[in-house]
Amino acid sequence: MSTSQDGTQNAAQHASKSAAAIDRARAQGRAALIGYLPAGYPSVADTIAAGIALAENGADLIEIGIPYSDPVMDGQVIQAATTEALAKGFRVPEVFDVVRGITSKTDAAVLVMTYWNPVVRMGVDEFSRRLAEAGGAGLITPDLIPDEAAEWMAASDKYGLDRVFLVAPSSSPERMKRTVDASRGFVYAVSIMGVTGARASVSSAAKSVVAAAHAAGAERVCVGLGVSNAGHVREIAEYADGVIVGTALVAAIRDGGVDAVASLTKDLSTGLTKEEA
Amino acid sequence: MVRLMVDAPAAGSDESAVDAFLQGGRPQEPTAQGGPSLRHAPGPYFGGYGGRWMPESLIAALDELEDTFEKAKADPEFTAQIADLNKNYSGRPSLLTEAKRFAEHAGGVRIFLKREDLNHTGSHKINNVLGQALLAKRMGKTRVIAETGAGQHGVASATAAALLGLECVVYMGAEDCRRQSLNVARMELLGATVIPVTNGSQTLKDAINEALRDWVANVGNTHYLLGTAAGAHPFPAMVRYFHEVIGEEARAQILDQTGRLPDAVCACIGGGSNAIGIFHGFLDDASVKIYGFEAGGEGVETGRHAATITLGKPGVLHGARSYLMQDDDGQTIESHSISAGLDYPGVGPEHSYLADIGRVRYEPITDSEAMEAFRLLCRTEGIIPAIESAHALAGAIKVGQRLAAEDAGAASEKIVIVNLSGRGDKDVATAAEWFDLLDEDSPEAEIAKEGEQL
Repeated sequence: MSTSQDGTQNAAQHASKSAAAIDRARAQGRAALIGYLPAGYPSVADTIAAGIALAENGADLIEIGIPYSDPVMDGQVIQAATTEALAKGFRVPEVFDVVRGITSKTDAAVLVMTYWNPVVRMGVDEFSRRLAEAGGAGLITPDLIPDEAAEWMAASDKYGLDRVFLVAPSSSPERMKRTVDASRGFVYAVSIMGVTGARASVSSAAKSVVAAAHAAGAERVCVGLGVSNAGHVREIAEYADGVIVGTALVAAIRDGGVDAVASLTKDLSTGLTKEEA
Repeated sequence: MVRLMVDAPAAGSDESAVDAFLQGGRPQEPTAQGGPSLRHAPGPYFGGYGGRWMPESLIAALDELEDTFEKAKADPEFTAQIADLNKNYSGRPSLLTEAKRFAEHAGGVRIFLKREDLNHTGSHKINNVLGQALLAKRMGKTRVIAETGAGQHGVASATAAALLGLECVVYMGAEDCRRQSLNVARMELLGATVIPVTNGSQTLKDAINEALRDWVANVGNTHYLLGTAAGAHPFPAMVRYFHEVIGEEARAQILDQTGRLPDAVCACIGGGSNAIGIFHGFLDDASVKIYGFEAGGEGVETGRHAATITLGKPGVLHGARSYLMQDDDGQTIESHSISAGLDYPGVGPEHSYLADIGRVRYEPITDSEAMEAFRLLCRTEGIIPAIESAHALAGAIKVGQRLAAEDAGAASEKIVIVNLSGRGDKDVATAAEWFDLLDEDSPEAEIAKEGEQL
């Protein structure tokens, strides 16, 4: 990128809502908890209520997913939820209502996780402007790599939004460096080669991905994919700056509504304290 | 393998083209002819299209594939292997057959059929699967996965896997499995495992989604054998490379048989692999008009069609930026066509580029038009075409009539080549249903809803 790295980096240090939220957790001697919910599942109002419950019960950051017709990185549970949301008529601009609904009631940093085409369709600048207006922290982009992100780099600088790219066990050292450099707020470390979904144990690959991202210069690295209980959270909190839980929360809202999200979040947050910190 | 950002469409120097692209507009009619060569475009970008809109987890595998492909192309042993398989396994070169009685219905121009239907497995698909399966072996992968709609690419993939001793898993929409139970059996006879996909709309695009999910989880030992010239780089350029033989043969054959280049070349377009294969031979021949015929389904005005370039807008799906059937939210719209092979809401990125610069003209053909051309070829030439290819035949009738209208006296000197991309054995039940040839209590009539692809 030919954009002025120095200027944007400095601006970002002050502006990044995600970084601030992770740093607040760090100041308390713990990793940050990041919870995912798909917008509009089972309704927009429920997503807002569940997001507030997440924040009130220990989540530092919240990811709101945009339901999409072709979610190639998602497993069965999240696919079923987003397919239902779309079938019920979810429209993309409603994600801004969800973000505003949560940020107006809590201090949590709220990011949007989205496949790229809905952003392309609205227009990257327009989407970014509306997200910033709604109080959003930035975007997590599972199918956008920095190589293709020129427009998003410009828009995220313009509106002061975080850009969270993913790194994976398969990322080469060159790609790791490039992705870390392009990211702002934090870097999303994919724990395993696969799609979203609960798994019995945390992949041993996660620790080395986090180490590689730190070595490439990332200040904040959060781990997601397959993290579903307090034990997983405790294990990851030992070496990562944040822990991302998705499918387990989606199953909770599916089976027990907002109350179940609140109690699962409370339970997950017990795993955050670094035992030797 | 790290690609420079300046290659990215939004960072390119051609601001107006980028603006037009982003707004879903189309650039001005081009000057096309006389410019730099359009052949052998390497990717990752074709104008503002193509690229890699893919999860980071798969980038290393795409890099490995690109690297292996580039080295293989430069390796005489590999190109000799391909040439040998094409000749002694697939049966290439495929014939170029003049269709004299059919041509009487196309304004009286001369029509030549490029007979990809005569290849082993019955379509052009074999060209690509053999090439990719060889690359899988070169990468040390022991397993290939593929998506399929009606089953043609699945059968071809299972064939290549059997020949080369690879494990093969084919993802296929659950509805397609039901309607194409004989093709499921063919794949299983060839040793493949067919997995019905019940997610989303349960169609070809969902089969691709499921194959991508498998690939992310098993990329260490698995190659994704994508069936069309779409997807993330290097797939569009690589799939085209394996199909370029169609255009090379056709060009040499028409020169041999008629002493000159054709006036027009016609092909059907779903993802666009047979089309890009034959087009490639003629892209730099300024005098040759090139036409791609999309599936117009029940008519583009009905919304039930697969005319991606005609009516779609640029977007990203399955790894590439290209024209796409999508709603105002960027959600993919389900496509409809009597031809399962054309029933895809996206299109290969090189076609989007060729459309924008005006080198290729893309037009829709309805189900009815295609089926009339299907019947006509059966009865005038004794060739049952794939319904996909029937779209190209219907388009060629229109092109022939236009050429004749331009200069009626010279119609018999005009030459049109049609890529007959596949044979129609697989489509007999669909055609029988369409033309109402089935007994009411036949098993086929029981399975099929009115006009349904079988």
